[in-house]
Amino acid sequence: MLREIRPAILVLVLLTAITGLAYPLAMTAIAGAIFPKQAQGSLIEKDGKVIGSALIGQEFKEEKYFHGRPSATVAPDPNDSSKTVPAPYNAANSGGSNLGPTSKALNDRVKEDVEKLKAENPSASVPVDLVTTSASGLDPDISPDAALFQVPRVAKARSMSEDAVRQLVTQNTQGRFAGVLGEPRVNVLALNLALDAAKPK
Amino acid sequence: MTVIGWIQILLFCVIVIALVKPLGWYMTRVFNGERTFLSPVLRPLERGIYWVGGVDERREQHWLTYTVAMLLFHVGGFALIYGLMRLQAVLPFNPAGQTAVAEDLSFNTAISFITNTNWQNYGGESTLSYLVQMLGLTHQNFLSAATGIALAMALIRGFTRSSMRTVGNFWVDVTRCTLYVLLPICIVYALFLVWQGMPQTLGAYVDATTLEGGKQTIALGPVASQVAIKMLGTNGGGFFNANAAHPFENPTALSNLVQMVSIFALGAALTNVFGRMVGNERQGWAIFAVMGLLFIAGVTVTYWAEANGTSALQALGLTGGNMEGKEVRFGIVASSLFAVITTAASCGAVNAMHDSFTALGGMIPLINMQLGEVIVGGVGAGFYGMLLFVVLAIFVAGLMVGRTPEYVGKKIEAREVKMAMLAILVLPLMYLGWTAVGVVLPSAVASMANAGPHGFTEVLYAYTSATGNNGSAFAGLTGNTLFYNLTLASAMFVGRFFMIVPAMAIAGSLVEKKSIPASAGTFPTTGGLFVGLVIGVILIIGGLTFFPALALGPIVEHLAMNANTLF
Repeated sequence: MLREIRPAILVLVLLTAITGLAYPLAMTAIAGAIFPKQAQGSLIEKDGKVIGSALIGQEFKEEKYFHGRPSATVAPDPNDSSKTVPAPYNAANSGGSNLGPTSKALNDRVKEDVEKLKAENPSASVPVDLVTTSASGLDPDISPDAALFQVPRVAKARSMSEDAVRQLVTQNTQGRFAGVLGEPRVNVLALNLALDAAKPK
Repeated sequence: MTVIGWIQILLFCVIVIALVKPLGWYMTRVFNGERTFLSPVLRPLERGIYWVGGVDERREQHWLTYTVAMLLFHVGGFALIYGLMRLQAVLPFNPAGQTAVAEDLSFNTAISFITNTNWQNYGGESTLSYLVQMLGLTHQNFLSAATGIALAMALIRGFTRSSMRTVGNFWVDVTRCTLYVLLPICIVYALFLVWQGMPQTLGAYVDATTLEGGKQTIALGPVASQVAIKMLGTNGGGFFNANAAHPFENPTALSNLVQMVSIFALGAALTNVFGRMVGNERQGWAIFAVMGLLFIAGVTVTYWAEANGTSALQALGLTGGNMEGKEVRFGIVASSLFAVITTAASCGAVNAMHDSFTALGGMIPLINMQLGEVIVGGVGAGFYGMLLFVVLAIFVAGLMVGRTPEYVGKKIEAREVKMAMLAILVLPLMYLGWTAVGVVLPSAVASMANAGPHGFTEVLYAYTSATGNNGSAFAGLTGNTLFYNLTLASAMFVGRFFMIVPAMAIAGSLVEKKSIPASAGTFPTTGGLFVGLVIGVILIIGGLTFFPALALGPIVEHLAMNANTLF
């Protein structure tokens, strides 16, 4: 049995060096050369400044922008580090609400959001993804229904015709991969950038 | 449920089935020590490792030596992770300036990764430096997976060899598995993931100024290289807190499909390796059929439950299923499918928050783990877990016909059945026992995020996941407390090693027995009767053990939900 101690140390060290250092560092070098944009986080720059990542949702509250889904991410409370405070779309601390199907807190929150949205657009039924938090809190997408639901508000805030806004939504709608995988979706940041480009305000 | 949803499920199944034979063929060659197309590149490296490590690759080990070597290897792995986490503040590759991780959290995480559990009490992007992610976690993702496969090989040799004393060489099995199987696949796989949008960088977190002028700090890192092995090795520990739900850790529907396939690929292929090694591939397919049938049943229930949504959502006029805790790009079907796969396979990665699933939708992942994660299972671990149930099923069949049971030419006798029972019974002792403590101790109760039966399910899920070395969570539970860090670590340790050692004892006992040719009285283990019998044994043993606990958690919650009771 004692003769197993030497390999237990040396085989471990060698395999660790290969899988824990050589492999990730080599992949970093190769990926950076072949796919530099993705490897750096698919960052979007405007006028030389990073305004976000194409894959990471960000918070939109203004009427002139399409809104993403509610986000349950938190940040440490600046006054008491043992507590947390809500910090929607905190891309340095991802996470969901983790509220269960019989949670009163969840039900109250959804009910409040549904009422707000109904007041905003009484003519359409409220899409479920606009009142539920995503798993990561960073969902970059909303469903096409959720985007169309917000068209009247955005059009009014920008003094654009609803048809023009709706057309931008259609242009920014991605279908299922190969027509089969996943769900149709609209990237909120991309849509809002397209809006700004179409009619700066 | 929609047609396009079922097409996605079917597509997943077809790809996994198509991979079983080619991967099985390749892995059989690797573990028989034959030449492969990668040998010209890897053979010198392999020999170098043996030379430095003082390993004689032709010297095989008795099952006890094999097990001791495995345990020693894990002691080293534990020390490495624990040390790195405690010292990360003074080590390089720490652009976010993470401080030393607390003792109990480091202990929990180190146990978690050497046992292939990868339970996440740590917060990924908010706790760990890049060095710990790479040198601590990525490396152990490889080695705990390689260990699982090596042990499965040792057990398979127990069945295939006749009147011998040795079951293989642990160092050779682990090295060959890492170099020839895991590493080459991961290199290609990681590049694919980067192409899909996954970051792979050592650069610091980026501060962005959002369109509305807010500040957003975007966590980055060497993600793709870790995620590749996290999935392939059924480890499941996330680079980010939100795991495979994080857009950087699972950017597209295509990356999601490939991640799901890679969770099952090696575990499913091991059934074929077994079939090839015992000289009849149909033996492997029979086991695969057991796994497949249980899997489809689970997917159907979870998909149905999630697509229906909760009565609270329905009452507000919301259609489209239960989207709380799910991502739009995956939707209901890919989230439900992922949840069943990750718990069937001891992976534990999540692309949706299981805590927010409906009561029945979340019960299936729980049941998958409580059945011992034998539906494909963790790489290696699932296969030797399944063989334990096969031993019991054969024993039951033997009792019925009044003959000494035998399986692929080996007599199954008292010692094997005792060991199989030991391994199978120790698991519920851990998860039921600790759950009982967790729901009465006031300090532990304070960790629950949800009230009512859902809070109970959170605790039951945590210990089930830890004991099963799964690592997924009802993540509302605050696990990063002294009590949970220590008790979950003990559940992970017992769940891993009290399963491995009896399984290895079976290997050692079988390998010394003579192989006997099948006769007219041998119970055929390649047909539907055998498949049905194994499924029956799994469900009866599992069902009797944990049905009472399920009745207190998800079942009562489902009834409460239908009665519109909120907590």
